[in-house]
Amino acid sequence: MNVLSSLVVVLALILVVYLGVDKAGLTALFGTVLPYVAIVLFLGGFIYRILYWAKSPVPFRIPTTCGQQKTLPWIKPNNFDNPHNGFGVFVRMVLEVLFFRSLFRNTRTQIVKDGPKVGYASNYWLWFLAIAFHWAFLIVFVRHLRFFTEPIPEWILGLQAVDGFIEYGVPVFYITSVLLVVGVAGLLVRRLFSSQLRYISLLNDYFPLFLILGIALTGVLLRHYVKTDIVSVKEMTMGLISFSPVNPEGVHVMFYIHFFLVTCLFAYFPFSKLMHLGGVFLSPTRNLANNNREVRHINPWNPKVKLHSYAEYEDDFRDKMVAAGIPVDKE
Amino acid sequence: MADPKPDTMDYYKHDEVLDIDYTPPSENWMDIKYDPAFYERRAGSWIYTTKKQHIEYLGMPNPHDWSPTDEDWGLPDNWKEIIFNGIRERLDKYRSFKIFMDCCVRCGACADKCHFYIGGGDPKNMPVLRAELLRSIYRNDFTMAGKILGRLVGGRKLTINVIKEWFYYFYQCTECRRCSVFCPYGIDTAEVTMMGRELLHLLGLGVNWIMQPVASCYRTGNHLGILPHGLKDTLEFFAEDIEDVTGIEVDIPINQKGADILFATPSGDFLAEPGTFTCMGYMMLFHELKERYGLTYTWSTYCSEAGNFGLFTSKEAMKRLNAKIYTEAKRLGVKWIIGGECGHMWRVLHQYMDTLNGEIKEGWKEAEEPKSPITGTVFENAKSTKMIHITEFTSDLIKHGKLKLDPSRNDHLNVTFHDSCNPARAMGIFEEPRYVIKNVCKNFHDMPPNTIREQTFCCGGGAGLGTDENMEMRLRGGLPRGNAVKYVHDKHGVNKLACMCAIDRATLTTVCEYWAPEVDVTGIHELVGNAMVMKGEKEQRTKDLRLDPLPGFEDAEDDDV
Ligand code: SF4
Ligand code: SF4
Repeated sequence: MNVLSSLVVVLALILVVYLGVDKAGLTALFGTVLPYVAIVLFLGGFIYRILYWAKSPVPFRIPTTCGQQKTLPWIKPNNFDNPHNGFGVFVRMVLEVLFFRSLFRNTRTQIVKDGPKVGYASNYWLWFLAIAFHWAFLIVFVRHLRFFTEPIPEWILGLQAVDGFIEYGVPVFYITSVLLVVGVAGLLVRRLFSSQLRYISLLNDYFPLFLILGIALTGVLLRHYVKTDIVSVKEMTMGLISFSPVNPEGVHVMFYIHFFLVTCLFAYFPFSKLMHLGGVFLSPTRNLANNNREVRHINPWNPKVKLHSYAEYEDDFRDKMVAAGIPVDKE
Repeated sequence: MADPKPDTMDYYKHDEVLDIDYTPPSENWMDIKYDPAFYERRAGSWIYTTKKQHIEYLGMPNPHDWSPTDEDWGLPDNWKEIIFNGIRERLDKYRSFKIFMDCCVRCGACADKCHFYIGGGDPKNMPVLRAELLRSIYRNDFTMAGKILGRLVGGRKLTINVIKEWFYYFYQCTECRRCSVFCPYGIDTAEVTMMGRELLHLLGLGVNWIMQPVASCYRTGNHLGILPHGLKDTLEFFAEDIEDVTGIEVDIPINQKGADILFATPSGDFLAEPGTFTCMGYMMLFHELKERYGLTYTWSTYCSEAGNFGLFTSKEAMKRLNAKIYTEAKRLGVKWIIGGECGHMWRVLHQYMDTLNGEIKEGWKEAEEPKSPITGTVFENAKSTKMIHITEFTSDLIKHGKLKLDPSRNDHLNVTFHDSCNPARAMGIFEEPRYVIKNVCKNFHDMPPNTIREQTFCCGGGAGLGTDENMEMRLRGGLPRGNAVKYVHDKHGVNKLACMCAIDRATLTTVCEYWAPEVDVTGIHELVGNAMVMKGEKEQRTKDLRLDPLPGFEDAEDDDV
């Protein structure tokens, strides 16, 4: 149900832009107005969300410790899985953000019937798909900066060259295009075929997958199968970035579809779970040092509570304490 | 013989418990009803509700008597408003709550990491779905998309049924944080459960097995409600057994001003076997240190509990119970504090105490950065809290050769070690306990790597769920742990499960009895007490602290009966 609706939404988006551009000629709307709106929504929404999170304090220092703590000098602490200083936290975050350290730990649990035993198998699939997808997407994104720079910086060209190292096809296929499609499709398949995952998945989970799959596939189509006037496209993208938008003739509708889906992704981003991109940096179970007993952590709203003082306690039980020969403050 | 009841182990047949179906039901989880019939059917999986008197005594909202099997849960008229305000307040107070509500991508990495899901198969025990129970309400009423699109984007309306569902599932989470280890964003479902329980408390909904201890602890200084003279009697009773075993009369310093160290431990160790033997181990260790090195310590009746069921209730309750530790250290004028073997207690002491009650330390003149006068070791890691873990202390003593040990007395034992959730995942104390155990027992085998250290499995009874009326969930939740114990028993002949947690000592006893009956449970300092050769002790011990004969002395038994 959620799967279908998400797919339908993405197909509807494609239909809208197709009709809008191809039939109604609304190139300015899809080529200029909506992209600007989306960027404003993206930046505004992103900043708003970060501020919304940052506004709430971190009342307690609650890292999830995944390695040996620092105590006695002869016990080797694991500073990357259980950081006790800023450097450790930095490394932990780098491992988490760039290499998905926690996902790498993933295991699959199953009941082995004859035994009876609970078994745990390493399960790197999720990690692999996630890493392939995220890294490929990042590199694809960076590669696209060639449409927004003139002259194109050396390093982008270099990245492109490396990415196309297999030198297959004209123009060459990029390895990241393949990984991106494989990654997204894999994550989608995984979500569809595991009954548990299907049970917890929402429209909000399928939609971005279909959307990004749409972006990736239209991108591949554009590069390899649909001939569009690349010079006009660049004219258009440079116009956008320099705030003097143009909508040249000869740009294929497939480009508009690709471009509009990206527009949608930008606009959707800050209002969705995709904000985990920002959230991962702010997660208090990961970004704090486990030095609780060494440095006091201050809670700005430390609750005021009623206490049962020692004096009250002694008043309650003095007779019994005296009778048992336990020292008291007031005889 | 009468038929066993749902609160006894015998009620549950192994093959029935193991017939776990991980296929989710066809019904959407939002539509499942938690009516009285549900609760009646699920007896053995939920905990009796708080008696009114405890809520009243603590001055918490809406004290009333009720049961989940009632149609009417006695909620105040404006209960919805209370919940919404409660959510809003917590969003403003906790960045963690906001991040955890917003960032989950439902990747499912956490799904099969929860012992309750593994042992039960109920999809709402997948950590991700447990969090969604609350997240769906957040989405519906606190996010723009949810306000407009509602159920389409995973929002749902707050109804009484939601509250009834929360009560069931937020008391089927032991706040063990295993899920958080695997989550790519560190989403900690334990934190969500804590929020959920706090919200339920705003409506006066709680469980007695937690709230009675909280109330007792506030009044008498410990969860069990042991009064000052009772504590003294108990420790004297232990001392008699120690004398029987070793020939040494240990002192029992209570509320002694000017001692070097205040010792605080969970009160469970005063009452229930096998924790009591661990308590004897502490008494022997401290006695020995006084005899050999002149180090003095004291028990406290006011602070006769370092465990803190407030952790399972609310931050306020936790603070109220925790305050007595520094208060008492200051009053008695000790230099620093040692905490005994306990799990959740160490989460509080390590991650919360200083933040909540650090200011009480002001004016504590005698306070020093913990330094073992015996070895010269400075515990820099506890510079601010001035409280160290007993295994940090003991492992340091052993490392410096300050204890005389005869591990051969434990030769008949083949030991494995259960990392308790909180010391593992909210502290990271892995090597210290293992070092101590390996020095007092020659036979040690760890359980498989997926079940220990940061990946350790809960005993199934943490966070206030360790009561008998919850037996089914305890057995199910205990399956992964019990299974790993069984594994090392079969493979290496392990017959002792060591742990450093009072709740474990109680609940794992049940878990082992059910899943690994050949193995029984011990605390670490029980093993230490048995191996330690005390100054001036009798020539030859013939019994261990349980008064069971040591190998070779089976016949010499009972010279004192
Ligand atoms: S692992 Fe984290 S992000 Fe993934 S489903 Fe669980 S809580 Fe959500
Ligand atoms: S904290 Fe532990 S009990 Fe709670 S959901 Fe996570 S794994 Fe399960």
